[in-house]
Amino acid sequence: MTEMLSMSNNAPLFVGMMLLKLAVVFGVTMGIVAYATWVERKVIGHMQTRLGPMRTGWHGLLQPIADGLKLFFKEDIIPTQASKVPFLLAPMMILIPALITIAVVPFGPDVTVKGFLVPLQITDLNIGVLYILAMAGLGVYGIVLAGWSSNSKYALLGGVRASAQMISYELAAGITIIAVFMLSETLSLREIVALQSGSVIDWYVFKQPLAFGLFLITGLAEINRTPFDMPEAESELVSGFCTEYSSMKYALFFMAEYANMIVIAAIAATLFLGGWSGPLPESLGVVNLLGKVFAIMFFFIWLRATLPRVRYDQLMQLGWKVLIPLALANLAVTGLVVVLQQ
Amino acid sequence: METIFFYLVALVAVVSGFLVVRCQSPVNSALALVNTFFCLAVFYVMLYAPFMAAIQVIVYAGAIMVLILFVIMLLNLGTEARKRYTHGVVWAAIASLLVLVNVVFFIKRGRVTGAEGDITDYLIKTEGHTELIGKALYTEFLLPFEIASILLLVAIVGAVILAKKDV
Repeated sequence: MTEMLSMSNNAPLFVGMMLLKLAVVFGVTMGIVAYATWVERKVIGHMQTRLGPMRTGWHGLLQPIADGLKLFFKEDIIPTQASKVPFLLAPMMILIPALITIAVVPFGPDVTVKGFLVPLQITDLNIGVLYILAMAGLGVYGIVLAGWSSNSKYALLGGVRASAQMISYELAAGITIIAVFMLSETLSLREIVALQSGSVIDWYVFKQPLAFGLFLITGLAEINRTPFDMPEAESELVSGFCTEYSSMKYALFFMAEYANMIVIAAIAATLFLGGWSGPLPESLGVVNLLGKVFAIMFFFIWLRATLPRVRYDQLMQLGWKVLIPLALANLAVTGLVVVLQQ
Repeated sequence: METIFFYLVALVAVVSGFLVVRCQSPVNSALALVNTFFCLAVFYVMLYAPFMAAIQVIVYAGAIMVLILFVIMLLNLGTEARKRYTHGVVWAAIASLLVLVNVVFFIKRGRVTGAEGDITDYLIKTEGHTELIGKALYTEFLLPFEIASILLLVAIVGAVILAKKDV
């Protein structure tokens, strides 16, 4: 019986493995963030019978690097009337919660290193799902602060809209997820994946189809993407909360948007689509997870190319009068079924 | 190791608590308060109460402080609020110092390790902190729980009625 590697049985190896996992997960996430921008421009381009970026590298493959370098060397402007501290903090406060949420997403089965079991997950919190909700709640600050501290009316309007939107949709997302862990009877993402690992039929998407749909919609709204990209509705608000930002700070907002997209896709894949388990064999766990994440991200990009932006009042009505009642009904039905099954 | 970490987080908590009262702009104060709440959540984790930590972040840092921040931002309290409340700082300092002495005195006098209850370390490790809270909440303390939910319902209805007047 191999032991789980921990701080108490082999401290140096534990710290080493932890750092390695952190570096790999961070590197892969940032890589996906960079190339998600390229994929998004390419996919939307082809959907609109354009070519998208073509100039830098083969089919524009070097475009993310060129963009990154360009933003890095641009002048960093801080408006004189801005509140300095919140203005500087806001881009970080939006990116960091997005990145640290990925820590609880399991990406493969346990592997054995030097006689110890190492889980392929940065940390398995037994409150994993709550941790995700908590970090989603912290993400609001970045947007609110960016909007307010810029001292510009467009930024402020964008910030207020975004936070109202995020608070309302967070509620619906939370209620939706409760239905999942009523079935799983655990909050740990690792165990939720294990419960779905039997076959494809065991995925929670088949037991909770409504919850899956609701989670994707509320997820889209929470990360402020089309059709819910009210905060940065450029036809009315210039660029929303990040209007006054430039250079790397602007790039951080951009990265946060794509990091959030990865997070929502990874959580949806883990909670509803069996995470790293299936359809390919266990040893290809990472491929399974990444495949599902990419599929969901492609779906998000596809939506962006297809749907127009909804009006703000429609957005709020959809959230409070349709999604939350549906989520509550789903919760009640799930509860009833769980009780009757016992 | 854990002690060093505790002092580190405690330092951050105390410094941000100090910043709450010292910051010039109310928004910065609110941000410092968020940071203090976050440090408290870290303490809950260190006390093997991860559920409390998550609730602390979700409810206080994620919901209540966002609303407070909203109010501050939309009222746009500038520095004039600060000028109005700068009298009596010395007396406030003396009073809080006395409270601190009092607290330290009682902590020193009491048994810091606490009394042994039904919920032991072993039970938390085997059954899980969240499960224990859930069981206690829905069996032993069901009546207070239901009363609290009715209270919240009344508050929601009250909020709806208050907001409805304007429409």
